[in-house]
Amino acid sequence: MEHIVIIGNGISGVTAARHIRKNSDKQITIVSAETKYFFSRTALMYIYMGHMKFEQTQPYENWFWDKNNINLKEGYVAQVNTDDKLLTFKDNSTISYDKLIIATGSKPNKFGWLGQDLKGVLGMYHKQDLENLEIYAPNKEVCKRAVIVGGGLIGIELAEMLRSRDIPVTFLVRESSFWNGVLPAQESEMINKHILEHHIDLRLSTNLKEIKSDENGNVKSIVIEETGEEIPCNVVGLTAGVTPNIDFLEGSGIETKKGVLVNRLLETSKKDVYAIGDCAEQHEAIGLRRNIEAVWYTGRMMGEALAQTICGKPREYNPGHWFNSAKFLDIEYQTYGWVFSERNKKENEAYFQWKHPKQNICITISYDAKTQQFLGINTFGIRMRHEIFDRWLTENQSIQHVLKYLKDANFDPEFYSLYEKEIVAKFNLENNIQLKVQPKSWKRIFSKA
Amino acid sequence: MKAIKYIGLVIFLTGLTLFTATIFTGNFTFTQQELDTFVKEKGYKSEIFVKELEKALVTQEDVNIFEFSKRVRNAVAINNLYYNDLIAKYNAEKNWEKKGAQYQYKINGKPHSISFEIAKKAGSGFVKENAGLVWFLTFGLGIIGALLFILPNIILLGKPGIKNDHIYQQSATNRGFIAWLVLIYLVAFYLVLYFMADYVVNWTFILDPISKALNGGAASQWFVYGFLYCTIMLTMGVRMYIKYRHNKYQIIRTTSVLFFQIVFAFLIPEIMTSLNMPGYDFKNAFPLDYDFFFEWNLKSLTESGGIGIFILVWGIVLTLIIVPVMVYFFGKRWYCSWVCGCGGLAETLGDPYRQHSNKSLNAWKLERWLIHSVLVFSLVMTLVTLYCYFSGTSSFLGIKSQWIKDTYSFLIGAWFAGVIGTGFYPIFGNRVWCRFGCPLAAYLGLVQRFKSRFRITTNGGQCISCGNCSTYCEQGIDVRAYAQKGENIVRSSCVGCGICSAVCPRGVLKLENGPEEGRINPTEILLGNDVDLMELVNKKYLNL
Repeated sequence: MEHIVIIGNGISGVTAARHIRKNSDKQITIVSAETKYFFSRTALMYIYMGHMKFEQTQPYENWFWDKNNINLKEGYVAQVNTDDKLLTFKDNSTISYDKLIIATGSKPNKFGWLGQDLKGVLGMYHKQDLENLEIYAPNKEVCKRAVIVGGGLIGIELAEMLRSRDIPVTFLVRESSFWNGVLPAQESEMINKHILEHHIDLRLSTNLKEIKSDENGNVKSIVIEETGEEIPCNVVGLTAGVTPNIDFLEGSGIETKKGVLVNRLLETSKKDVYAIGDCAEQHEAIGLRRNIEAVWYTGRMMGEALAQTICGKPREYNPGHWFNSAKFLDIEYQTYGWVFSERNKKENEAYFQWKHPKQNICITISYDAKTQQFLGINTFGIRMRHEIFDRWLTENQSIQHVLKYLKDANFDPEFYSLYEKEIVAKFNLENNIQLKVQPKSWKRIFSKA
Repeated sequence: MKAIKYIGLVIFLTGLTLFTATIFTGNFTFTQQELDTFVKEKGYKSEIFVKELEKALVTQEDVNIFEFSKRVRNAVAINNLYYNDLIAKYNAEKNWEKKGAQYQYKINGKPHSISFEIAKKAGSGFVKENAGLVWFLTFGLGIIGALLFILPNIILLGKPGIKNDHIYQQSATNRGFIAWLVLIYLVAFYLVLYFMADYVVNWTFILDPISKALNGGAASQWFVYGFLYCTIMLTMGVRMYIKYRHNKYQIIRTTSVLFFQIVFAFLIPEIMTSLNMPGYDFKNAFPLDYDFFFEWNLKSLTESGGIGIFILVWGIVLTLIIVPVMVYFFGKRWYCSWVCGCGGLAETLGDPYRQHSNKSLNAWKLERWLIHSVLVFSLVMTLVTLYCYFSGTSSFLGIKSQWIKDTYSFLIGAWFAGVIGTGFYPIFGNRVWCRFGCPLAAYLGLVQRFKSRFRITTNGGQCISCGNCSTYCEQGIDVRAYAQKGENIVRSSCVGCGICSAVCPRGVLKLENGPEEGRINPTEILLGNDVDLMELVNKKYLNL
């Protein structure tokens, strides 16, 4: 029986294991140094905030792995020998494989700051980070202030976590407005305001210079690059992006750049070795995507695709239309297709934007100014149907079509206020046309693309 | 703000303590004249019993309710022992005439109920004489304190949105010491209410004036329960309004359960009683309303003229037609989390405990066996009852009608629905009864699972497996298991409370009524991973 060994029990590795098991009875071993059982990394924040217990972040009960004959091994892989197909662990034990899947995810970026390895400096990616946070920031008495470095999705989540225990937070963001490399100004500014409303000390256009230590090797303060200001703090959260976690592959002969280089079949340079998830790097970017996609969904999708290949039905990793989601404190965000920020959008791309006069609700639709083709949508505070937007993107629909049938796409809970009328009225006004909003139709919703 | 909260908590606990303390107050004795009047009224024929009562109750000393209850129950026991002996004696002598003549002297009924009835008449004391003041010191302080504890949340919770912070870090909501205290209090409350109502006769004195105003009669223990139920639901409803103020579905749903509890379950039956009609809760559907087909109820309905017949027909139509048709269109939520009183308490008082429902596969297996067994039990009981009612016999298929009714009332009606169903909120979650026991929920669930337009739609491939939905599902459904597969949730136990959709940080879940086709959508590969290479051809703009 062929032995498949998966290093890493995050969403990529576990999805691969589950789908291999669905399609075959190969021997499967999942290796992890972090936890024995698969847990949902996306829910780490909720454990600290007290919304959930750690057990509840585990999507499968503990008997699941035995029942499905998936072997779990706890250990840290120190060395990969692709010639003998052998893994060596830190404790010198070994395990041999027939096919190896590298799904080790990522680790927080450290840009060589002074003091970046002090006690109290942490990321928010691993269970160990959470445990450290409970040690260094259990409450506002122990942690008088925390400084978060890097304004992305994890940064804002970490800020929300710390605020849930009333710990003062200073949030250093390199950009002139929150996440404005990704978000259009309308959204980015709305989030800036929302962050301030949550009593988070947001510092835009601000970089970290160094982290200072007290006599015991703990964080004492940080210094800001631009002003030289020193901010006393007990915890520093490093959330300035991630980098593939692949140091252990040194000397294995597997070709790497930033991540493990893979082709569209997710094969590495060595036979029978594959890489998926955050640690995989495509030779060529797929569509408008990045070569390394450190996104939860894409990790899951790579796991699904690779499982097919391993089970004898070669399938390229072929992600469809881009989609993503996040939650900025109280504001839910979904995106379908491509909406680039003002900084990064191409010449032919135009925005149509609508914002609620009072609440944190807005949309940005990106479309081709020449052909009127719908390219993508950002929604804040409105939930939208994934299937519908996926279909519209596939059908290359125009922005007018999207707006006309926008009611089909709404996914908000029942009785919520709907804004299609206002949205379309604004579009009509700006473009001097007379689009009519069509009532929601189940028939259209359920029709196939 | 926090100070106001704590002051509120102190006031609430004061009210609760005083409310509990009233039990121990008052004096329960008769003057000779009062006793004679009472005996005449009741038409007691047994001299032994009257003498025993006299010995026990016509006294100058102060008798509290516990001593009083003991004396009355003792009198009943002495009397019945005496006549049982006589009956046995005449039986042995084969003296049928004399044997038959003894039965009229026996005191029938539950000893605690007899004691309650006499205590209502014999009681006196501060509570009875100052009902208004005591109401303020108990109910009043309880409501004021609870509201002071709840209202600051408008500010303390911060901006509107899901705020489940610290739920697993606080004793009360994390099965800690406080949770166990609440459990003990609730369980004790139900045990006393159902089995030893005479012990809390003082509570009925507090509410006598309100009861008289509403239905013309003194308050029974059930009036106390109903009034308390409405008070608690309203107060905790305020908490719901604040907690979910950003969510219209929750606001409307909470309003609906409050309306149906207060108007349909409480006010209308009281007013009907005052008009000499049978008091009836028009929304309480059989088999949850398990005694609807009991002889005494059928008798009372058929003897109440037009309104009685209307209720009889309505009750049957409600169960057989209205309930399933509504479930077809809206799912069982129209009843369980919009109308039902048990659901109403679970969704208000029980909301802080919703995360405790067990999500394991074993719990699901147990649930299916248990709830359908109760459904069968209730149907068998009703079948036996109706057969005996129409045929005039006392048993059917060897099952004694009285025995099965008593057994069901005791095990299911009192223990399961009350003591366990509500008493265990703080440890097992707020829907123990609805999930494991309610026969109506089982019936609705069957319709919902196999013939309904209701489903919880999963939004394509957007689920991130975080587990908030499963954690906060009060019915113990592992919502995440479906959502992360991109499948819609179609489960018989779902009561459509909408909290999974509310707590989802990614907008993945939506409660919907839609076409039956496509309601269950098993997916091999989630949306986002394209298997169709032709898709690439469609992405022309990518090559611009």
